[in-house]
Amino acid sequence: MRTRPAQNTAATPHWRRARAVQRVAFVALGLSTGLVAVTSLVVVGIILARGAGGLSWEFLTAMPAKGMRAGGIFPAIVGTLELVGLTIAFALPMGVASAIYLTEYAADTWVTRLVRLAIVNLSGVPSVVYGLFGLGLFVIFCRFGTSLLAGALTLAIMTLPVIITASEEALRSVPMSFREVSHSLGASRWQTVRHTVLPLAVPGIMTGTILGISRAAGETAPILFTVAAFYLPRLPQSVFDQAMVLPYHLYVISTQIPNIPQTQRYGTALVLVLLVLALNLSAVVLRARFRRRRQW
Amino acid sequence: MRWRQAREWVIEQLIRASGISSIVMVVLIFAFLLKEGLAVFQTVPLGDFLAGQRWYPISEPPRFGILPLLCGSALVTGGAALLSVPLSIASALCISEIAKGWAKEALKTGIELFAAIPSVVLGFIGVTVLAPLIRQAFHLPTGLTALTGSITLAFMAMPTIVSITEDALSAVPRGYREAAVALGATRWQMMTRVLLPAAASGIVAAVMLGVGRVIGETMAVMMLTGNAAVIPHSLLQPVRTLTATIAAEMGETVRGSDHYSALFAIGIVLFAISFSINLVADLFLHRTRAR
Repeated sequence: MRTRPAQNTAATPHWRRARAVQRVAFVALGLSTGLVAVTSLVVVGIILARGAGGLSWEFLTAMPAKGMRAGGIFPAIVGTLELVGLTIAFALPMGVASAIYLTEYAADTWVTRLVRLAIVNLSGVPSVVYGLFGLGLFVIFCRFGTSLLAGALTLAIMTLPVIITASEEALRSVPMSFREVSHSLGASRWQTVRHTVLPLAVPGIMTGTILGISRAAGETAPILFTVAAFYLPRLPQSVFDQAMVLPYHLYVISTQIPNIPQTQRYGTALVLVLLVLALNLSAVVLRARFRRRRQW
Repeated sequence: MRWRQAREWVIEQLIRASGISSIVMVVLIFAFLLKEGLAVFQTVPLGDFLAGQRWYPISEPPRFGILPLLCGSALVTGGAALLSVPLSIASALCISEIAKGWAKEALKTGIELFAAIPSVVLGFIGVTVLAPLIRQAFHLPTGLTALTGSITLAFMAMPTIVSITEDALSAVPRGYREAAVALGATRWQMMTRVLLPAAASGIVAAVMLGVGRVIGETMAVMMLTGNAAVIPHSLLQPVRTLTATIAAEMGETVRGSDHYSALFAIGIVLFAISFSINLVADLFLHRTRAR
């Protein structure tokens, strides 16, 4: 048996033609990948290059002025951070608890299959439909009004599937034997989860949460009717307040108001992209470090 | 001891309750869409709603026919799929089979990071950079067309399609590759005749999830497609999608009006579409895993 094509096969016209086809195909594959990579780089490059000119200490820390044509985006930055913080506060406990249920408590029954189906569907629901849902349930039915609270709850439900899936994976990666040892020492199921499984799964859970949150931070459609204030040159006073948020602010200044200097627009886009990329990069670094340190 | 047991009982009940929260949420979403949306069918019959050719929500009397919006969504999504599917599968093959070492890691990380760029930012770039290019290239009165939306959305779908396709490709056992090469196939023959067929169900799932993302995409589409609610005849016309209609008009409606519930009814349609796409994609994904 030959392990590699020997010289006489390589010499046949058939093989030579196949090699030529392969060469052409590989060039095409490379070009396609290059096209995707270059376009992505160009997009990021444009945002960086044109946005850097708009960034300044004043831009980051001042209130908007002159109908948002001048001044800074301070309230939008604060609004985004508050919204994201609240979203984590709602989504993280629920998502982790749900993952614990799926990995540690539930047997593989029709209930868990239904839960998994629900998670798959939640992750596919269009973001604007989450916006409608948030409007119907939180803004109107619960009477929260257009507020940080209503928006954060809406975003939390949108983020839930990401956190559940990531947490489940992290919990499952803890070896079964750890649980068996804990049980054999007399620990109850909850004690095992709390003191043995959960601490080891924390990095994985954090990675998933950050990724979910970074997506929520950039979303506009779900907050259109639940939080977003067109123009509100002050900071939100409570969770029942409306707030300016970066993605919606970018939408407003790039399409709704004419004659806004491009530096304002690109500056806002850059701040939003930097925020989201910083979250993502920290998740990537966290995951890489965790993988290296894992000892089982 | 009793106290600890009681506390654990409470915690376990909470965990169980959270466990089924996803089901509750799906049901709640559907229930609220129905609650707010069904009212419109008292004024417009379902057939006229789905097949009506005019969407004039604020004329007198108002017309709520979503056919132009359905066509708009289909056109933009179809265009995006045509662009992104071949490019994504090519990139996935390149990353999984050809690239090695740092190039492979760089491409994977780059795609992951590109996926993180918010849709409103891509919409903004589309408005300022892509739309003028399209306008000049095709000598159009406006650069805000279905094509502009399709190109931008293609790039938003790519990360999803590439990463799931790549997973599917790397799940194909090593033995398949070795057997093909041992029989004298070139690597390209191995890829097209062994790898792609073996990973087919995963790739179908990847494409469906990518397309699902495109159909549900809102902000970039609203900013880029020109928002004309007419039945489109070419990719170079302005169109309006289901998602953009909700996002653009909800702010101006009166709560409880026909227009308001018509927008929720569009939400029901979108929910149904995404529900079926995800269901089918999940079936295909499980077929890969089961093997």
